[in-house]
Amino acid sequence: MAIEVYRIDDRLIHGQVVVGWGQPLALAFVVLVDDEVAASDWEKDLYRMGVPPEMQVHFESVASALEHLAAYQTMPGAGLLLTGDTAAMRALVERGAAIPKVNLGGIHHRAGRVPRLRYVFLSPDEETDLRAIAARGVLVTAQDVPAAAPVALDAVLTGHGE
Amino acid sequence: MSDASAAPARAIVAAHADLAAGLVGAVARIAGDAAAARLVPLSNHSLGGAELAEAMRATVASSGAVVVFTDLPAGSCTVAARRVAREVPGLAVVCGANLPMLLAFALGTGSVHAQVQLATEKGRAGVLVAEEGARGD
Repeated sequence: MAIEVYRIDDRLIHGQVVVGWGQPLALAFVVLVDDEVAASDWEKDLYRMGVPPEMQVHFESVASALEHLAAYQTMPGAGLLLTGDTAAMRALVERGAAIPKVNLGGIHHRAGRVPRLRYVFLSPDEETDLRAIAARGVLVTAQDVPAAAPVALDAVLTGHGE
Repeated sequence: MSDASAAPARAIVAAHADLAAGLVGAVARIAGDAAAARLVPLSNHSLGGAELAEAMRATVASSGAVVVFTDLPAGSCTVAARRVAREVPGLAVVCGANLPMLLAFALGTGSVHAQVQLATEKGRAGVLVAEEGARGD
């Protein structure tokens, strides 16, 4: 498959994605799945800025991503699919997207969330989302950058990942 | 544009990890505390996209900053700065912050526009290959 990483990251496209993962994987494209961003030209411009010209950025809503995912998975070059929250990734998985593994890349502090890793804070609803994704046979691990060791979901949820 | 006789323009330096504090600390060592006081460091550490934008919004409001210097063009600090600039008329955002750039701004006078132009020029000019080494090739 051309998409090598399916990532949940509340910063969406940022340094870790473009440089941290982008350079070692030689990412050819990023698929940003976010309903709000997909509906706004200004948001698209915001996230396109600064991405190197050799890296394409495709914007999709959850609904349109489900239509186009198979095509992205056979595109030449390495790709990374990105959602900004657990709910969008869960929606993709539960509505039939062939996603073999999910990378929990960054969900940061916010009221109602409990710290699980240095870069992962989860609310009860988000934990439910992740368990639902894993229950579909998807391998869920946390890993902010490629050089870090992946942390299994069970370890994340029990706070024993670090 | 600002009046040169008014209080010196201030800027936020927004960057990953401890970089912003380190850059502002370096400005203080080189140019003095008064110059460094024109720069407010902001880290993206532990902040999601929305939370970082909110922190930047609050820092712009509390400091009166008219410029935001960020580290990476595609980084979360730049995304947050551009969001805030959309809401704050006249707020400039400059990517690729380095020490020559920040020194030029911290010691600059004149209009904000002129200071930003000078800082950008100094930042670009500060990147050069001083020795064309080939060890390890």
